[in-house]
Amino acid sequence: MQENVLLQMSHIEKRFPGVLALNNVDFTLRKGEIHALMGENGAGKSTLIKVLTGVYQMDGGEITVEGEPIVIKSPQDAQNKGISTVYQEITLCPNLTVAENMFIGREKGEWVRHKEYEKRADEILTQLGIPARSTQQLGNCSLAVQQMVAIARAVDMKCKVLILDEPTSSLDDKEVNMLFSLMRDLKGQGVGIIFVTHFLEQVYEVSDRITVLRNGELVGEYLTEELPQVELVSKMIGKELEELSSLGETEEKNIVPSEVFYEAEGLSSSEALPFDFSIRKGEVNGFTGLLGSGRSESVRAIFGADKVNGGTVKIKGQPVKINKPVDAMKHGIGYLAEDRKRDGIIAELSVRENIILALQVMNGMFKPISRSEQEAFADEYIKVLNIKTAGRETPVGSLSGGNQQKVILARWLLTHPDYLILDEPTRGIDVGTKLEIQKLVLKLAEEGVSVTFISSEVEEMLRTCSRLIVMRDRHIVGELKGKDLNQTQVMKTIAGGEA
Amino acid sequence: MKKTGKRFFGGGLGQLTIPLIAIALLVIFNLFRDPSFFSIDLSHNSDGNIVLAGNLISIINGASELAILAMGMTLVTAACGGQDISVGAAAAIAGSVFVKVLKTAGHINGGTVLLAFVCACIVAMLFGTFNGVLVAVFKIQPMIATLILYTCGRSIAYWINGGATPTVSSPIISAIGSFIPGIPIPTPVLIVVLMAILFKLLFHFTSLELFTQSVGINGSAARLNGINATFIKLLSFIILGVCVCVAGSIGVSRLGLINHETLLLDIEMDTILAVAIGGNSLGGGRFKISGSIIGAYVIQMLTITLYAMKVSSTDVKAYKAIVIVLLVVIGSPVVKEKFSKLVGPNMYRHKKAVVKGGEE
Repeated sequence: MQENVLLQMSHIEKRFPGVLALNNVDFTLRKGEIHALMGENGAGKSTLIKVLTGVYQMDGGEITVEGEPIVIKSPQDAQNKGISTVYQEITLCPNLTVAENMFIGREKGEWVRHKEYEKRADEILTQLGIPARSTQQLGNCSLAVQQMVAIARAVDMKCKVLILDEPTSSLDDKEVNMLFSLMRDLKGQGVGIIFVTHFLEQVYEVSDRITVLRNGELVGEYLTEELPQVELVSKMIGKELEELSSLGETEEKNIVPSEVFYEAEGLSSSEALPFDFSIRKGEVNGFTGLLGSGRSESVRAIFGADKVNGGTVKIKGQPVKINKPVDAMKHGIGYLAEDRKRDGIIAELSVRENIILALQVMNGMFKPISRSEQEAFADEYIKVLNIKTAGRETPVGSLSGGNQQKVILARWLLTHPDYLILDEPTRGIDVGTKLEIQKLVLKLAEEGVSVTFISSEVEEMLRTCSRLIVMRDRHIVGELKGKDLNQTQVMKTIAGGEA
Repeated sequence: MKKTGKRFFGGGLGQLTIPLIAIALLVIFNLFRDPSFFSIDLSHNSDGNIVLAGNLISIINGASELAILAMGMTLVTAACGGQDISVGAAAAIAGSVFVKVLKTAGHINGGTVLLAFVCACIVAMLFGTFNGVLVAVFKIQPMIATLILYTCGRSIAYWINGGATPTVSSPIISAIGSFIPGIPIPTPVLIVVLMAILFKLLFHFTSLELFTQSVGINGSAARLNGINATFIKLLSFIILGVCVCVAGSIGVSRLGLINHETLLLDIEMDTILAVAIGGNSLGGGRFKISGSIIGAYVIQMLTITLYAMKVSSTDVKAYKAIVIVLLVVIGSPVVKEKFSKLVGPNMYRHKKAVVKGGEE
């Protein structure tokens, strides 16, 4: 057993200003195993990975590869030592081609041999069944394909240790299966794979072993087959599961007819085809469909995030014009964007500044919120949403993903919106925070706020929404409510074909 | 008491550490070199007023135009992630308009000076708008966009006064350029203080600072939060236009004439350097106007120190470059990170204790 050990991390410690991100964490990876690394937001998974890949330097502990102690100085160094990573948020260059992205930083010799790289890239892409051409600009590919290119890059580096940090969060089922078969292949070749994900089913589908972290500390290492799913979740969140099950039973989801708050007819934008849509006061509905089905584009049109081309919009029966985000905000609409890094956080600004931003914009430039008021607002929402941060003046970029998302939620809640659009608010977020957000949505609805909720996890939408709008190929193909709101019916409608 | 101290050092001082240390080092160096370097005398100037005189005064006075331009440049840098290299040329235009209006009016009094200043201001703001539109609307890189005015600005200034270098002499002009009778402090220094106060008020009574930083850090997110990024960028250039006009008018008033060829020549690079030395990222985002002002004084003190050491004016630039490279490298993120690791753990431990205390 011992000689099988590929990678051993012992007593790892890592500090950030005000936070002990990793405290005496051990992690062992064996040859030819898929090892799931689990934990809530801020549990320290990403930090551990970044220590392993040389992005962060650890403050204490030891790393050995095949029994040899090593020091990892930089990501480049990690790659040279056979440790490759695919990160949660895509870290490739969108303005370069697929081939350039696969070979950037690993050119041999001083000449960049484009033709050779393109040929090699095409081979790998075909081998892995990735629908992209080597000469295509990466930014023109869908998020899913970009992710797969990142994986292809790592695979091609003949690594001993492959780290997949949330690789499946933007892939659909077919693509996930493709990835899993690839992972099993690599495992057969003796590669050790560290798999970080929030999808529990996927953990049970592919992993051999599970290591659980909580609050920067090691909870334990388990064989996957010996750890029931329920126990895993309770180890991750460290509390009883009653809340988990109780949420699922809110069957009586505000079907009480109320006045229509927002109504659009033939609304279209530069990205979205014309569609009709309405939402009642206190209603929670959702857009669902596969990646690229047009669900995000549609809600962006509602908020005026893209150039609006046509259609009529009424709010509380009154015709209004919403051409840009600030128009929507003035009519009480808030929008939490899908890509929190690009469209959500202002990374270098403090938690306080990020929270008050939208309210300040609505107040206008000439009515600044006083410092003491800003502090009070920030403190209030840090408490209400249980945002884990060293303080209100901490730059939001240094928070974990889930806490960043809470900051953006706080930003919109502070504007007291009548209608809140949440696009993938739970993506890349741990179970505990997911639940908190779902509960929050239902609570808002009770208070009369209309919510449109988008999630790639259908189950999550079934729990919160009373009406689901199903999209396929940029068209609305169905609307489900009442008895039709179940997994099978949703899948059928998404897939189409049957009536 | 302790808390405010911590905030001051933790938040406020971080960015200002390097420029302040630079100033301190220059002061100490000069004190060792020549203990009388900083002596300040009261003397009579040519108009018979009692005024302050000495190296320190001439440093602070001489840096006035630079400091004023650096304030505006900080805002442009923060919003656009780039710099305006046309400030020197634009100041020549503003100065020419200032003189042209005074010459056209025929006589110089308080009213005509004010009129001339307002006209120069409007022209400078229009040129600022021109730059701003290229950058904000047409999304041209700031350095390229402002290269246009950098190239043609002094020609435009030449046309305004028909190629002449007319003089304007009047007690009012010399009051602006040197001393107001009865006040021993040079007027340009007072104008710097006034401009700094105006910026402070601007940031206090509007949320321009927050919006500018948001646009500079993440334009896409700023837009989705309803901020008009185009307007913010344009506004930063217009505000810089006002600074350009003030600096140009001071420059004209110092000499009592407009020389479109030499007025504030090569000041754009010093301005950008002042912003950088002040610890502001030239890539935009977070900024501190106070840092840039200190940066301007660092540059000026360096120049005067070198002159005082009898370095010839051709060599001064090379020596300046050496010091500036040092400052910029010390202020770079790479060095900062290494440094914070050396002193880091204790600081973090202290902070952690504070956080824990708060949670309980």
